Amino acid sequence: MRLEANNISFQYSRDGRKILNNISFHLDSGERLGLMAPSGFGKTTFCKILAGYEKPDEGQVLMDGKPIASYKGYCPIQMIWQHPELSVNPRLKMSEVLKEGRRVEQRVLDGLGIEKDWLRRYPGELSGGELQRFCIARVLGEGTRFLLADEISAMLDLITQSQIWGFLLEEVKRRNLGLLAVSHSKELLERICSRMIYL
Amino acid sequence: MIRQKKGWNQRLFLLCCAGIFIAALLGITAAGAMWEEKALQTDFSRKNMAPCIQYPFGTDWMGRDMFIRTITGLSLSIRLGLFTAVISAGIGAVIGVSAIMGKWVDGVMGCMIDLVMGIPHMLLLILISFAVGRGFWGVAVGISLTHWTSLARLLRAEALQLKESPYVAIARKLGKGWGYIAGKHMAPHLLPQLLVGTVLLFPHAILHEAGITFLGFGLSPEQPAIGVILSESMGHLMMGRWWLALFPGALLAAVVMMFHVIGNTVAGVLNPKQAHS
Amino acid sequence: MEQKEKTPLLAVRHLSISFTQYKRWWRREEQQAIRDLSLEVGAGEMVAVVGSSGSGKSLLAHGVMGLLPYNASWEGDIFYKGEPLTEERLKKLRGREIVLVPQGASYLNPLMTTGEQVRQGARDRESRRQCREALERYGLGEETESLYPFQLSGGMARRVMIAAAVQRKPCLVIADEPTPGLHLEAAKRVLSHFREMAEEGAGVLLITHDLELALLTADRIVVFYAGTNLEEAWAGDFTQEEQLRHPYTRALFRGMPKNGFQAAAGAQPYGDNLPEGCVYEPRCPWRQEQCRQPVPYRQLRGGRVRCWRDI
Repeated sequence: MRLEANNISFQYSRDGRKILNNISFHLDSGERLGLMAPSGFGKTTFCKILAGYEKPDEGQVLMDGKPIASYKGYCPIQMIWQHPELSVNPRLKMSEVLKEGRRVEQRVLDGLGIEKDWLRRYPGELSGGELQRFCIARVLGEGTRFLLADEISAMLDLITQSQIWGFLLEEVKRRNLGLLAVSHSKELLERICSRMIYL
Repeated sequence: MIRQKKGWNQRLFLLCCAGIFIAALLGITAAGAMWEEKALQTDFSRKNMAPCIQYPFGTDWMGRDMFIRTITGLSLSIRLGLFTAVISAGIGAVIGVSAIMGKWVDGVMGCMIDLVMGIPHMLLLILISFAVGRGFWGVAVGISLTHWTSLARLLRAEALQLKESPYVAIARKLGKGWGYIAGKHMAPHLLPQLLVGTVLLFPHAILHEAGITFLGFGLSPEQPAIGVILSESMGHLMMGRWWLALFPGALLAAVVMMFHVIGNTVAGVLNPKQAHS
Repeated sequence: MEQKEKTPLLAVRHLSISFTQYKRWWRREEQQAIRDLSLEVGAGEMVAVVGSSGSGKSLLAHGVMGLLPYNASWEGDIFYKGEPLTEERLKKLRGREIVLVPQGASYLNPLMTTGEQVRQGARDRESRRQCREALERYGLGEETESLYPFQLSGGMARRVMIAAAVQRKPCLVIADEPTPGLHLEAAKRVLSHFREMAEEGAGVLLITHDLELALLTADRIVVFYAGTNLEEAWAGDFTQEEQLRHPYTRALFRGMPKNGFQAAAGAQPYGDNLPEGCVYEPRCPWRQEQCRQPVPYRQLRGGRVRCWRDI
């Protein structure tokens, strides 16, 4: 299976500044791709376009040769956001947050070190690292084929970072998922990725 | 590490106040409903009496007990307030939340909000009340149709913000429909706002009811309304019968204030951002 | 680097900060966010407090600056130039001798142009020249002066805030998370600006989550975990695991991508489930019975550590 983006251009309508200009890329199942780019390049926007959160002004995103808009319901391309505290509803208990994912296996929760006790809590009662584990578990349900990780460990301490990536690498391998990892840390990307692109 | 904190507990105090106020308001409503006949009783042997132990609020020129009249008037106001606040909040909720149905619907609804907000409250209220034929229904329809705007605006802003929030976008990508999002993501944010908004509508509704009745466009003079009492007292103030205006007016202000305290306390308890205050 | 003076510029001793919060209607609880934190910053020195997000380290900055929210209370001592830092003294020093470079661009006044903010309202020729110099120093051209905060990118806004801070020739600079969202080169550049301030004699307290970045510029590292400091080490100690003094710091070291990327098990305790004794005890491979009691912060090999063992 292959996720590809052809000649993507994007600009925010407000100021007309072009963020992405004619970008193409491809990612295969089982591949771990690292993306490095200077800040202000629009890495987050790029991830959002790939996952279908935003529509590009020009160009298209295809999965298996079909436009991603044609996949209705659960999207096979899932993105993990940089800020976990913005990605969960502050008024939903963590067990509810987790239920949003499609049949997330217990194995995933154990692998991410999610403790039973955390499920009864609200997001405000958990740290950023704990929340990010939930956000990752949520998108590792059935039907996910590609994972886009946008600076997911930038705000975490090194131990949590290596815990999370250690598990993710195993999971990606086991299920033959395609992974796009965005980070500012070259050392991290060199550790986890099989291929790198610099934009 | 968590310690149970001792000492002055502001929130417990406010909750107690709110509890007492709710009981007081319920008491006024019930008592007033029972005394409706008694409030109209005239007895010329006791007319124009200043406040005393038997008649704490005094009596008027027809010998009616002002305490009973005041309570009955407030009771009517509260019941009218309940009716109008609920209808108003309903309208506000529908119009506010419908904003998420897309640009076109939002545009129309935004226009309606601005239109109603743009006309002075009292003027529109008088017009509607007059058109419906005054009396209880005139006031009820008038207030219901004019007081939803600020709540609608509030809910609209909140709903739009929720719609754009990352967690709603993520839920969409996880294959969740709008029904799920409305129930799980929107309702927990919007319902507390709606509840608080409804309670805080009461004082407005009651004051406006008294206002237009005072001006003669509202409830009819036979009804024991607080506005009627206040407008009648105008003629007697010159003769030194201060109690005819003072006590009903003060009690009206007290009722309004009690609703305010209740509304703000509920808002504080329901809002997780105010967990500390 | 040796400490240049005997009395440190800033000394924080046994600082605890707690919040009062309501839970479930009216139950009122006091939650401790920082417990028994001690650190020192000397003149000409750059000290980094490193901890993960949500561990309460920003509160340290707000505590020193006297900017805690009203429901917070604190105990302990804060000394500035050897004298207790009272509220009165803070009022005189804040924004002049002691400056905070805050986390987000939202701390800039949205209605004032960049130039006006850096000049702090002064209009004379001298302050205009100084402002120009300060901005130029951080690679911001003349056109930046007439821009409003919303027209700045994140990195530019941060440099403007730094310029505004330097303009006041401070003795003590507290930088709260100055680098998130910046890519490596930009982040290094920002930190080098703080380094320059230290070279010119100011004390710099850097608060960050990024240990790798802090190691590039800071003299000393204070390792912050679950509301307290577990170790104070020289940046050079991080070249070898054996030089580090606390099991958590060693685990951090091994977690770095270049040092093996190994993950210690468990998660950082948070909020209401902080242990009574050593906060790292639940995850520590060397835990003993006595770790369940409060552990003193003691000297070890030129640094300090909050652990019973000599490792």
